[in-house]
Amino acid sequence: MSEEQAAILRPETLVEEFKKNGVTHVITIPDSETNYLYELMMEQPWLDIIPTSREGETFSIALGLSVGGKVPVCLIQNTGMMESGDSIRGMALDSGFPLVMVVGYRGWTRHGVITDSAARYTEPFLNAFRINYYLVESNEDGKRISTAFEEARATKRPVAVLIGDEYHGFNR
Amino acid sequence: MISAADVFRVFQTHRGNAIVIPTGTSGRHWRDFTNNEKRDLTMGGAMGQTTAAALGIALGLPNEQVVLFDAEGALLMNLGILATIAGKQPQNFYHFLLDNECYATTGGQPVPNAKNINYAGMAKEAGYSAAYSFDDLETFGAQVGNILNEKGPVFIAIKVIPEVENEPIGRRERRPTRNRAETIRDLRAELGIA
Repeated sequence: MSEEQAAILRPETLVEEFKKNGVTHVITIPDSETNYLYELMMEQPWLDIIPTSREGETFSIALGLSVGGKVPVCLIQNTGMMESGDSIRGMALDSGFPLVMVVGYRGWTRHGVITDSAARYTEPFLNAFRINYYLVESNEDGKRISTAFEEARATKRPVAVLIGDEYHGFNR
Repeated sequence: MISAADVFRVFQTHRGNAIVIPTGTSGRHWRDFTNNEKRDLTMGGAMGQTTAAALGIALGLPNEQVVLFDAEGALLMNLGILATIAGKQPQNFYHFLLDNECYATTGGQPVPNAKNINYAGMAKEAGYSAAYSFDDLETFGAQVGNILNEKGPVFIAIKVIPEVENEPIGRRERRPTRNRAETIRDLRAELGIA
């Protein structure tokens, strides 16, 4: 395995982190960049996948699941996160329950200039909602996902994990 | 059309042990008829999102019957939820829609295409197990018991009389009710969830 391949964020790492943190449900809108992750999650007998029609639903469904003692994760893209502003405010932040939101960081790059407005507004959006976040861009960063879960449990607030690797890590 | 209060008066005789989630202007009447407040939930808080929260409750508590009293203005804000619910097929989920054809809380402006939408038809075509429409109390009363014994997800659209509010919000009469956090706390205690 080359050094470059070793650095790539593996979907298996996300699934392992979910299992380690007791996740029961992933509420998501699949996108083309995360198809392999989606297929891998579907294969896990301990994990229930809830496909939704719009990202705002994911935070409300997560609230309902948490009432029942489940451990949900919202898996969406940054564009959908911005669409979900009122749900994040009214259902996640105002309810005060631990929630990790895994957000595909569309348009983000560490190299050169970010031209995609979806990426330019992602972190300002999270800062406006005072939601803390962790950037995950390589497999080595996977442990930050557990850090996000620990923080969510301690603060009973949403914590975001920004997946900055989506253009080459999640597809076969 | 039926008065929302009559809908709840009839429904409560069939409630059994169900978890009940009312929303919207019409939903306020439930507090006058509930016979088990510990199993009532307030899930409002974001525009049109109570439906999705109720789905989460149904999926998180699969052994409990979950009854949502939705409002058409709220549902129209997030119609895709019909497909989301149908996709998961929660057998314990009963989705009532109290359709007063208007935004009663903002002065009674009609919702888009208010008199011509077939909500039950949309739910059925989205993939609900069954869907019903009622606009008279007698027929509703005769069928609601059997409907609640069907496997969900079931959709029940009911035309209700609008109760329009025109007073400024600050001058409207408010009765003390439990807030969302309190209803969640009480339900979790009732169900023994830590």
